[in-house]
Amino acid sequence: MSRAGSTGRILVQLLPRFVQLKGRGVAGWTVIIGSVLVASIVVITILAPWISPHNPIAINVGPILAAPTPEFPLGTNHLGQDMLSRIIWGGVTMLQVAVISVAVCLAVGLPIGLLATYAGGLPDKVSSLVMDSVYAFPGLVLAIAIAAMLGRGVVNMSVAIAVVYVPSYYRIVRSQVLTVKELPYVEAARALGGRSGTILFRYVLPNVVPSIVSVATINFADAILTAAGLTFVGLGLSVAVPDWGWDLTYGRQLLPAGAWWVITFPGVMIVLLALGFTLIGEGLSEIMSPRLEQ
Amino acid sequence: MLEVCSLTVDYRTRAGNVRAVDHVSLSLEKGQTLGVVGESGCGKSTLGFAVIRLVQSPGTISEGSIVIDGTDIMRLSEEEIRRVRGRVGFIFQDPMTSLNPVKKIGDHFVELIHTHEKNVNKKEALKRAAKILESLEIRSERVGDYPHQFSGGMRQRVMIGLGLALNPKLLIADEPTTSLDVIVEAQILELMNQLKRDYNLTLILITHNIGIIAEMADTIAVMYAGQIVEMGRTEDIFEDPLHPYTQGLLKSAPNIMHPERSMITIPGSPPDLISPPSGCKFHPRCPNAFEPCALREPKLIQRGQRLVACHLYD
Repeated sequence: MSRAGSTGRILVQLLPRFVQLKGRGVAGWTVIIGSVLVASIVVITILAPWISPHNPIAINVGPILAAPTPEFPLGTNHLGQDMLSRIIWGGVTMLQVAVISVAVCLAVGLPIGLLATYAGGLPDKVSSLVMDSVYAFPGLVLAIAIAAMLGRGVVNMSVAIAVVYVPSYYRIVRSQVLTVKELPYVEAARALGGRSGTILFRYVLPNVVPSIVSVATINFADAILTAAGLTFVGLGLSVAVPDWGWDLTYGRQLLPAGAWWVITFPGVMIVLLALGFTLIGEGLSEIMSPRLEQ
Repeated sequence: MLEVCSLTVDYRTRAGNVRAVDHVSLSLEKGQTLGVVGESGCGKSTLGFAVIRLVQSPGTISEGSIVIDGTDIMRLSEEEIRRVRGRVGFIFQDPMTSLNPVKKIGDHFVELIHTHEKNVNKKEALKRAAKILESLEIRSERVGDYPHQFSGGMRQRVMIGLGLALNPKLLIADEPTTSLDVIVEAQILELMNQLKRDYNLTLILITHNIGIIAEMADTIAVMYAGQIVEMGRTEDIFEDPLHPYTQGLLKSAPNIMHPERSMITIPGSPPDLISPPSGCKFHPRCPNAFEPCALREPKLIQRGQRLVACHLYD
C-alpha cells in the first residue's frame, strides 16, 4: 500500500472522529478551533517552498525597514528581508523544536514514571527526588542554563526544553500509575497470574495515556514559548535560519524606530501556534477526564 | 485439595504491626465449599489472597504453609506461583471495577489463556471465551464489547468466566455478590452452584452474608480479628452456634423462618488490630465474658464435630 494511500485512509478514519467532537459542547469546539489553528500553521510551513514570495534569508530583497506595502504585505526588516517569507518559513524551527522536545519528554518521563512508580519503594523515591529537584527550578532559567551549556542547534534547544518539562510528565504519569495500580482490575489481573510486564503495558499504560495526551499537547505550547524565549535571549539557532524568535529579537530593537511590523507579526504567529496547542490540550483534557463530564 | 496450616499474615505499617490473619489452619476436601464469614476487617479477604500468596506490600505472610493439590505454595518461585494463580480461579468483590476498561471482554480471556497456555492462538482462545460466556448465558458475539457495555451482573458473570477459563480445581470467591442487587445475586449464586456441580469445584466463599453461606457452604469458618473462632458443618453451626460471636452474627441476620424475632446487633466494632485486646479478642464485646477471657487467649479446641475457640467450652 502506497504511503499516500495509507495517509488518505487515516484521514478518512479520522474525519468522522473529528465530527464527533461537535457533540462535545464547548470542549469539542475548543479542540476544533485549536486544531484548525495548528493545522493551518503546519500546512503553511509545509508549503513554504512554494508559497513564500522571496528567499527568507536573502538580504536586500526589498527596501530596508519598509512598512507593509502590496509588494511586501508584512513589511521588511532592517536587512531588507521580506517579513512575509520569514513568517512563512519561521514556523519550521518552532514546530521542530516543539515535536522533538515533546518526544524527548515522553521518551524519558513516561518510562521512568511508569516503571519506577509501578515498582514503588526505593526506585520511586529516588526518581521522585530527582524529578522534584528539577521541577523546583524556574523553567526558563534552567532551559537557558542547559541551552548555554549545550550550544546552538534545534536538537540542543529541544533537549534543553525537554529537561525542563520532563518532571511534569513524570508527575502526571506517577499520579495516574499510583491510582491505576491499586484498582481492582489490576489486582484481578495479578490474581489470575498476569506477568508484571503484561500488567504494566496492557493494564496500567493504556489507562495512563489519556492524561499524557492532554499534557503533551499543552506542552507543545510551553515548548514553543520557551523556544521563542531562548532565541530571544540569544541562545537559539544561527541567524541564517528563519525563526520567529530571532524576528522578535530584532523587532524589539527596531520598535523604537517605529517599525512595529517586524515584532508584531512573528509575535502574533507564536501566540497563535501556542494558543492552538493550548486549546487542543485543554479541550482534550476536559473531554477525557470523566470528572469534568456531564 | 487445600491444606492451610497456621497461616499468619502481617501488615507492617508505620503505626504498628497489624496481624490480619492469625495462625489460621483449615483443610478442604475436593468438591467441598468452605464459607468464610466475619465482619469487615476481620481478615477474610486477606486470607483469600494469602492462599495464592497475593498479599500486597506492606503485608507479608510471616508464618504457615499452604498446600494446594499437593503443591507447597510457600516454596514456589515467583514464576511458579504466577502459573498457579491462573489455575486457582479468583472472583473479585466488585465486578464494576474488576475488568480493565480499555480491553474488550474477549481480550481479557485471550490474555489470560495465552498467559498460561502459550500454544493456544488468539482464535482458539476467543472460541473458548465465547463458549464459556455462552455457558454463563452471555451471547458469544459480545466478546467484542467493552466492559462498560455490560451490566453489573453480566460483568460478574464475566469475572466468574475468567475465574473458570483455565478449568481450575479450586475457586476463591471474595464477596462475589456484594455489589449486586438481590435478584442478580440469586442468579449468580445459582450459577455458581451449578458450575460447582458441573466441574466438581472446590470453592472458598468469602462473605459477610450469612444467608449466602447457609445456601452454599458445606463447612463454615467464622473469623474474628484474624482468627478462626469457630469452624464446623453448616447445619451444625446454624442449629447450635457455640461461640458467642457466631451466635451474635446469626442473631443479627434476618430470619425468614422466624420473622417475629427482632435482629440483635453485636455492640461495639471489631478491635483495632494494631493493639488488640488482651486474652480473647472478642471479650470486650462478648455478652458471656468472664474472668479468664481478658487474661488468656482461648485455644481452638475440638468439640464434637466442631472447632471452637472460647473459654466457655474449656
